Amino acid sequence: MSYRYDIRLSGSGGQGLILMGIILAEAIGLHDGKYVAQTQSYGPEARGGSSKAEVVVSDEEIDYPKALKLDLLVAMNQKSCDDYYMDLKPEGILIVDSTFVKQVPIQGAYQIPFTRMARERFERGMVANIIALGAISKLTPIVSPKAIEAAVLARVPRGTESLNRDALKMGMRAGQKAKKLAASSVVSLIENEDT
Amino acid sequence: MLKTVRSVSIADYAKSGVLILPLLSSRKRKAEERRGKTVRKKGQERLLQGNEAIVEGALRAGCRFFAGYPITPATEISELLSVRLPKVDGTFIQMEDEIASLGAVIGASLAGVKSMTATSGPGFSLMQENLGFACIAEVPCVVVNVMRGGPSTGLPTSPSQSDVMQARWGTHGDHPMIVLCPSTIRECYDLTIKAFNLSEKYRNPVILLVDEVIAHMREKIILDGDKPIDIFTRVKPTVPPEWYIPYEDTPTGIPAMADFGEGYRYHVTGLTHDTRGFPTSRPDEVDAFIRRLFRKISQNFTDMQMGEVFQTEDAEVAVIAYGCVARSAKRAVIDARERGIRAGLLKLNTIWPFMRTQVEKILHTSGCVIVPEMNMGQISREVKRVNKGTAKVFTINKVDGTIITPQEILGKIREVC
Repeated sequence: MSYRYDIRLSGSGGQGLILMGIILAEAIGLHDGKYVAQTQSYGPEARGGSSKAEVVVSDEEIDYPKALKLDLLVAMNQKSCDDYYMDLKPEGILIVDSTFVKQVPIQGAYQIPFTRMARERFERGMVANIIALGAISKLTPIVSPKAIEAAVLARVPRGTESLNRDALKMGMRAGQKAKKLAASSVVSLIENEDT
Repeated sequence: MLKTVRSVSIADYAKSGVLILPLLSSRKRKAEERRGKTVRKKGQERLLQGNEAIVEGALRAGCRFFAGYPITPATEISELLSVRLPKVDGTFIQMEDEIASLGAVIGASLAGVKSMTATSGPGFSLMQENLGFACIAEVPCVVVNVMRGGPSTGLPTSPSQSDVMQARWGTHGDHPMIVLCPSTIRECYDLTIKAFNLSEKYRNPVILLVDEVIAHMREKIILDGDKPIDIFTRVKPTVPPEWYIPYEDTPTGIPAMADFGEGYRYHVTGLTHDTRGFPTSRPDEVDAFIRRLFRKISQNFTDMQMGEVFQTEDAEVAVIAYGCVARSAKRAVIDARERGIRAGLLKLNTIWPFMRTQVEKILHTSGCVIVPEMNMGQISREVKRVNKGTAKVFTINKVDGTIITPQEILGKIREVC
């Protein structure tokens, strides 16, 4: 039985969502060896405006290339979070950049301040997308950390490899932490119910 | 199971492997690897965008000249060719506009170089005048039109399929036209090669009609180089220059074409001309000329008509689709089969000349046909034309700048069954 895993990366133009989509598709398709189709949709503006990149993963050739019901939604701003969370499957994963997303519509979303981390640690907001990719590799089963690292290093401009590797590692740590936190909050929820 | 329609030659292309970069010698490659460079090896999988695959196909087919003017969503073709062409001793020129772009392409082709340009709707409108010139002067060239929403500037970044009729009849006057339409990244590559082959073979412009979804989509593709593929180059005159008749009527209808500068002096004009290339208005010569233009294409339909059928043998309802919509349609057909509806799909890779024989067959066998397309009904019009009452023809027309979803097609399938 074939499967489909639908991913949408959304936010505003200039946040690097399409590059994120390409890197994710390369990691899954070329390094992890699955079938992928990566599409994008953006407005005519160079920056600002809404932008999204979608990656569909399957073990067989993909027919419809756009995302249907989402297994993973990454929202890098409030608008995209509001617009797309309805498309998530019940068991779908929502990851938001909590620098911009202040209201999270559903419980159990992973909230990581990618942009703030990028600004504080690297003084460059633009590596937020790479940090997010690191987090995705830890929070979802769809891509392995090894594959994402190889894909990032193959795509980024020369001379920025160490910066991007650091950003990726930072994202992975943040993802790991968010996962633990979520697990413990579930445990505490259960404990609360018991008492 | 995907079966190829009879009289279709795309399978041959799909099988053909291709080498995209000159292979480095193993010693050089090792040296490159030591320096940490990513080196493309033979048979390596790559994630390519539709536009990038078109570039690879063009280079593989022998394209060595590109003149264009950047426009979303076709810009990547110009961008990439501006880097790649100089490396293979080719020429890239960014022209002042699309009119001049196709003019330069025609000039380069007359000089014997396989040439191409790429644009989107607004630029394609500007190219129509020179497209007619390429038709009447019988100059081989490939025009890529990545369709976006129109009319006019329209929706620059949104997909559409609304240039189907413009591709056929955009330029004035009676003229034949070959228009190919890919729906996968592999087909972007294969059909670009096919487009060059057909244009060289029939001395006619060939239009590659792509939609934004396919042009910007990325999929895995293996460009494994070793296997030989068919590359066709125009037939040159074998007679001495003084015997050469540039627009001679031959049984094939395709006269031999001399490169400019080789000593074969002849006249190229947009006026209707006689066999020697000079303007004429003699009814017998004009009639013979226009009929020959049509004959060279119409007697070779089977060579240029390509498509795929999917589960149409027992289909009670068939979908006819092309471009990105064919992908949605395939998903809809699979979903319909799961619900016990015998659905099938005919995917058109050749839009013009219209695949009448194959469409008629589907109309006869299924009795109920749905044509989803991202325009107000351009191919459905053709389907209805050849239908002649044998089947019910339904349309899905979406013009909001988004792709038709599988659910929308499935909904229609269930509605009409």
